[in-house]
Amino acid sequence: MTDFEWPWEYTFPPFFTLQPHEETRQQQLKVWSDLFLKYLKHSNKFTLNINEQDLPLFHNESLKRRLPPEFVLTILEHLQRSGHAAPLDKRRQEWQVYWYTLDEYGNMVYEWVQETGQVNSVCTIYEIAKGENTTQCQFHGVDEAVLVNALRLLEEKGKCELIELDDSHGVKFF
Amino acid sequence: MNRFAYVEARLHENETFVSRDRNVKIYDGDQKTEFEEGEIVLTTHRLFWGRPGEIARAAITLCLPLSYVISLSEETASSNFFGRKTRIIMHLRPPLPDKAPGPLESSRATHIKLSGKNGMSVEFHSALRETINARIWEISLVSETIINGANTGTTSPMSDSNDRLARIQKRTGIGGIERSIEAKARETDENIALAFQDLSVLMAMAKDMVGLSKTISNKIREQKGEISDDETVRFKSYLLSLGIDDPVTRDNFSSNTAYFNSLAQQICEMLLDPIEEHGGMMSLADVYCRVNRARGLELLSPEDLLHACEQLNGPIRLRSFPSGARVLQLESHDDALIAVDTLEKVQAAESLAVEELAKQLGISLLLAKERLLVAERLGKVCRDESVEGLRFYANLLLQRAMD
Repeated sequence: MTDFEWPWEYTFPPFFTLQPHEETRQQQLKVWSDLFLKYLKHSNKFTLNINEQDLPLFHNESLKRRLPPEFVLTILEHLQRSGHAAPLDKRRQEWQVYWYTLDEYGNMVYEWVQETGQVNSVCTIYEIAKGENTTQCQFHGVDEAVLVNALRLLEEKGKCELIELDDSHGVKFF
Repeated sequence: MNRFAYVEARLHENETFVSRDRNVKIYDGDQKTEFEEGEIVLTTHRLFWGRPGEIARAAITLCLPLSYVISLSEETASSNFFGRKTRIIMHLRPPLPDKAPGPLESSRATHIKLSGKNGMSVEFHSALRETINARIWEISLVSETIINGANTGTTSPMSDSNDRLARIQKRTGIGGIERSIEAKARETDENIALAFQDLSVLMAMAKDMVGLSKTISNKIREQKGEISDDETVRFKSYLLSLGIDDPVTRDNFSSNTAYFNSLAQQICEMLLDPIEEHGGMMSLADVYCRVNRARGLELLSPEDLLHACEQLNGPIRLRSFPSGARVLQLESHDDALIAVDTLEKVQAAESLAVEELAKQLGISLLLAKERLLVAERLGKVCRDESVEGLRFYANLLLQRAMD
């Protein structure tokens, strides 16, 4: 894994303080949201715990600045509004973060299904997320829980149906 | 009259001045004496009579220990064909055998009278009565006899009973307590009176002081060209920044509005230059100090000052920051200007803490913080809050995003 390329803001101390000035704050949140998604994609993570203090994302050691948990929550809520994150527990400590929105994931999977002519056939979740056939796709390596959520959304649109298989899922596309 | 002795007019230890009166003459019994038109001074222990000025010089004067006094009474006599005057009559004990020589060696009268052209003043009379009642001389005399008795070791029944009597008188019972309280109260009274005497002298001198400072400032103004020394220049500016010739006071106005309006005008006139020097802003606390220093004795209350400042509508305005801080600000000095100016300072230093900016500009912390907050509100700077404290940086977050 190559080193992550931090944006210039990461070495700018005020970046770690939530700015009271409205316009500045929006810009700041935007940069942080992008950084969150890029970083998680880079480290191939789909969940974040607010209290993971030593994560380089939350802690710039050379600058001696930390991202306070409240600020992390603000950023995650910002991500939630754009459909890139959802809390996993009621206390909003554990979050699922999507590199793409669930909608985007659903569409990507459906396009792949159509291209490979698998409409009306059944696939396993593992096949879609980790299978050899999808290595070229954007959604390859996606967290299975995230994929299930994306497919549930697709199911609501009537494009597929989820099937319970033991402790895993299967999916049939229409 | 034969109870008087010639004594130097100096206070003993423990003895304090009580009261005085002028133009006093002494009667031996009902007989007039040669001791007329003199000054009389009452102390806690004795009564002095001397020719004018003698007592002040501590010369040899007539002196009557108050321990001779049995009681006081008064009589009234006609004065200058009209009105009445009061004479004090002092009934006295027989003279002690070891009395120092006095003006009259023998007299049949057992009382003396004090009188003057217009009688004795009421103040002196009441002071005399209270002093006699307090019997302060007894306290010190008694302590002396106790010490003497102990030293000589006399055991005669006479001095023994005297001792006991003295001790009883000194501190026994409610009477003793009352006596000491009374003495303390009188002492406090005197101290207060003295203190206020000083104050009234100060008030009387204040006009002269103001005049003096004015002449000094005038002199300095005249010599303007020749002064080069730094401190002289600073002193000059201090003096010039001081002093209002004719402070606006409430007495001159019938209505509050008129008062506050002209007060506001005066404040505006006197603060225009100082505020400009301070970078366009001055906190109300500074304003209060400056205005009152300039007014000298006609001090303003904080409320009056605030009301007057609210009336300001000239080149200076009262401004309240969201933090609650209130300042006087030049009208020409708007936020955009402050923000740009502050941004320049921050950029020059890369980052600035509140106290650093305050130091750089020579303004108070409060004002420095408000300046930074103004710049922040306009998006010119952004903050960095960490364990090291609050610092401000140029707002690169927004600037670079726009570029």
